[in-house]
Amino acid sequence: MTDKTQDWIDIAPLDAVPRLGARVVRREGRPDIAIFRTRDDRIFALEDRCPHRGGPLSQGIVHDCRVTCPLHNWVLELDTGRAVAPDEGTVRRFRVRVAKGVIQLARADLVDGNGAGETGCDAEAGLERCA
Amino acid sequence: MSNGQKMNGHAGANGSERGGRQRERLVVIGNGMAGMRTLEELLEIAPDLYDITVFGDEPWGNYNRILLSPVLAGEKRPDEIVLNDRDWYADRGIRLEAGPDKRVVRIERGRRVVIAADGTEAPYDRLLIATGSRPILLPLPGRELDGILTFRDMADVEAMQAAARTYERAVVIGGGLLGLEAAAGLQANGMDVTVVHLMDRLMERQLDGPAAAMLKRAIEARGISVLLEAETEALLGNAEGRVRAVRLKGGREVPADLVVMAVGIRPDTELAQAAGLHCDRGIVVDDTMLTFDPRIHAVGECVSHRGRSYGLVAPLFEQAKVAANHLARAAWASYRGSVTATKLKVSGVDLYSAGEFSAADGAEEIVVQDSGAGVYKKIVLENGRIRGCVLYGETVDGAWYFDLMRSGTDVSDMRRQLVFGQAHLGDSGKGGVNVADMADEMEVCGCNGVCKGDIVHAITEKNLFTLDDVRAHTKASSSCGSCTGLVEQILASVLGGDYSEAPKEKPLCACTDYPHDVVRRTILEQELKTIPDVMAFLEWRNPDGCATCRPALNYYLLCAWPGEYVDDAQSRFINERAHGNIQKDGTYSVVPRMWGGLTNPRELRAIADVAEKYAVREVKVTGGQRIDLFGLRKEDLPAVWRDLARAGFVSGHAYGKALRTVKTCVGSEWCRFGTQNSTALGVALERLTWGSWMPHKFKMAVSGCPRNCAEATIKDFGVVCVDSGFELHVGGNGGVKVRVTDLLAKVETEAEVLEYSAAFIQLYREEAHYLERTAPWVERVGLAHIKARIVEDAASRKALYDRFLHSQTFAQKDPWAERAARPAEREGRTPGDEFAPLALDLA
Repeated sequence: MTDKTQDWIDIAPLDAVPRLGARVVRREGRPDIAIFRTRDDRIFALEDRCPHRGGPLSQGIVHDCRVTCPLHNWVLELDTGRAVAPDEGTVRRFRVRVAKGVIQLARADLVDGNGAGETGCDAEAGLERCA
Repeated sequence: MSNGQKMNGHAGANGSERGGRQRERLVVIGNGMAGMRTLEELLEIAPDLYDITVFGDEPWGNYNRILLSPVLAGEKRPDEIVLNDRDWYADRGIRLEAGPDKRVVRIERGRRVVIAADGTEAPYDRLLIATGSRPILLPLPGRELDGILTFRDMADVEAMQAAARTYERAVVIGGGLLGLEAAAGLQANGMDVTVVHLMDRLMERQLDGPAAAMLKRAIEARGISVLLEAETEALLGNAEGRVRAVRLKGGREVPADLVVMAVGIRPDTELAQAAGLHCDRGIVVDDTMLTFDPRIHAVGECVSHRGRSYGLVAPLFEQAKVAANHLARAAWASYRGSVTATKLKVSGVDLYSAGEFSAADGAEEIVVQDSGAGVYKKIVLENGRIRGCVLYGETVDGAWYFDLMRSGTDVSDMRRQLVFGQAHLGDSGKGGVNVADMADEMEVCGCNGVCKGDIVHAITEKNLFTLDDVRAHTKASSSCGSCTGLVEQILASVLGGDYSEAPKEKPLCACTDYPHDVVRRTILEQELKTIPDVMAFLEWRNPDGCATCRPALNYYLLCAWPGEYVDDAQSRFINERAHGNIQKDGTYSVVPRMWGGLTNPRELRAIADVAEKYAVREVKVTGGQRIDLFGLRKEDLPAVWRDLARAGFVSGHAYGKALRTVKTCVGSEWCRFGTQNSTALGVALERLTWGSWMPHKFKMAVSGCPRNCAEATIKDFGVVCVDSGFELHVGGNGGVKVRVTDLLAKVETEAEVLEYSAAFIQLYREEAHYLERTAPWVERVGLAHIKARIVEDAASRKALYDRFLHSQTFAQKDPWAERAARPAEREGRTPGDEFAPLALDLA
């Protein structure tokens, strides 16, 4: 944690993820992570499992700050990880940023496996919020 | 469009008057369903625009007035019908002034304040009047006696229940919907009830003679007396000043300890009239729910819109949506009136009525009457369309008829089966179910595993009123839609009154108010050529649209501008992006095309090799005469395609809104009955049409003789060969709702088969709504329209055929071959796009 450069792990160049699209980060023995890119180039990372029936969110259609699950059309907010009402459920979020054109995930979220969690202040946790 | 809004914004001297205040003040008069629904809609779109004050003359929050009958009958508790409790107001910072002393007695439009009975004043910038209606009190001698009630609010219900504990005999004046529900409720409370009705039949505004007679028998069978053509002359009292009898014209006296007047309601316009607002029967509003004072909106039963007032819930909610839209300064919505339907909420009596129930000039009636079974059905038709219906004893199909009526569907082709209901048109075994008889555990939505009890629970607990509400909350009817009629019935049986929507074309999705046809037309007329262009021109509400409209727009543009429009991969469902079908575990299935269902050892060997090489978990023969490979990982798909492409396969488009299969029988080549070479014709059809993108999936079949082994008469386009030529059948479906095709034409040559099929496909491509199969499309536009374009007008057919061929020159590019030709695929490298997962190196 002392070495700043190691707090963030390079994943891929920004252009590896299409606008209004997503890519999957595969992890051995742990749930995949979906990386989303909005029209205005903001990047979000969620566990790649819809809270409904486990559908791969990375395969859904991205619109504004949301993704629609390909299996049963649940809509999840990319910033909060929450299902849009009236559906109820939350998917784990991961801190993600773009530095020098490279998408990076926060090492701490990957190591403890718990993601950024659902509690606490988003700004402190380094999670971006949609307007 | 927003002139009214702009006018208000700077009106008068309010700039200085408003001073340092941040927010405008909205005052609502009337704490009922219409007013509060408007607030809910308003807070949804503009939560911080107003400081809100609500006045109501009942001492509680807003409750569901249409459920008063079940409360009276003891089937529900009062707290079960509350929609907005006091916390709801507090949580939203709304000031609630509720109680008899808070009844608003005056609106001072000059000073812009409202004044309540106890002197409470509230200044407003905007005012919403939602005072509802009042029961009509007949001006009878004796009306001041104790024991004379109306049936309008919770206090009335409590008074009736109290009376029932002490007294025995009740008279209900009025044999309409409300009167009969009151009568049934009082009887359930143990009273002897007589209904006194002025007209010669019950519910004369909804029912014709035969249905009303059956209703009367059913009501009487419950022990309620019914007196028709009986005019009440006076109410007679006893020494204590309480009613003791009702005297009818002619002198007859009917003993009564309680009299309920249920002869109708009238819009409550007293306040508005006193304030000088223009009223006729109700407070006159325009299509934006604005009164003649540009600061004052009105909604609900108190208004008069285009000369009509509504007393049912759905129209009020539509008005609420429009009023909220304008209060929020969005200023684009408009209200154009509603079509209504009625269902009587008296348990054990099954009655449904919608639209016109007697045939006027030019209209026809279809009537079925079975007095023994207690069933009566009448459907009123005009120009092949349903104008109204009355159903007694068997109301299962009410929602279906109402839907056909609202959508203006041409029912000429089904009129012989119409009166027997949707079940007779085939409906995946769900027809003929009466929801009242269904147990709570019975499954309604087979796709999402939703039982009747779940739906009833959601409707009552979450205060749902519309089909869309139920879909959103329970998922019932949100997948294949075959249970929609059942869900609508459940809504009707729980809510009783009307729950439906205005007779308007449905918007494409929640991002817009424009229906499919308008969007398609605008794309052509304005020459819009990208999704953002369409969204900008038609003022889409969400900048990126949503998962419903983006694929639709992508298709519409593709169809409108072949060769010119650049397909937007991110606006396609994953199946069309990955050229495979996503399965529930996130793996994919892949189906190579087998032309006309023909294959050979070399192809089968190649499929076997691919199945082994990529560890396919299951190999299955599909219903469309080809082979499906299940359990493929997404990252293996490009390599699978490459291997299949090398063996000569192209994509089967089993994943797409596209031409799927052409099913064939073996035909005259082998079969001793075959009249034509159906297999070769099937291959030719598939070669002509493969690769074409459609509004929905499209299946064809060719049968070599009328024995029809290829099941051509349940396909989108089916050919049945006969000795003298070819019968062409269209609009069939073997899925959710089985529909047999309609005969389009009979032709003599194979070349004609190809031309007709292509023309039909092109017409479907150009006119159907996205995700509309040919079966509902044919029903919606009518076979006559399709025949006119394809059979009767050779020039039109040729033009459609040419447009189809033109678009095919761009569409017939095999996505698998294209992909396999890329260098990465040729060399077996990891693809650099969405097919490969990104690496994670924690070291």
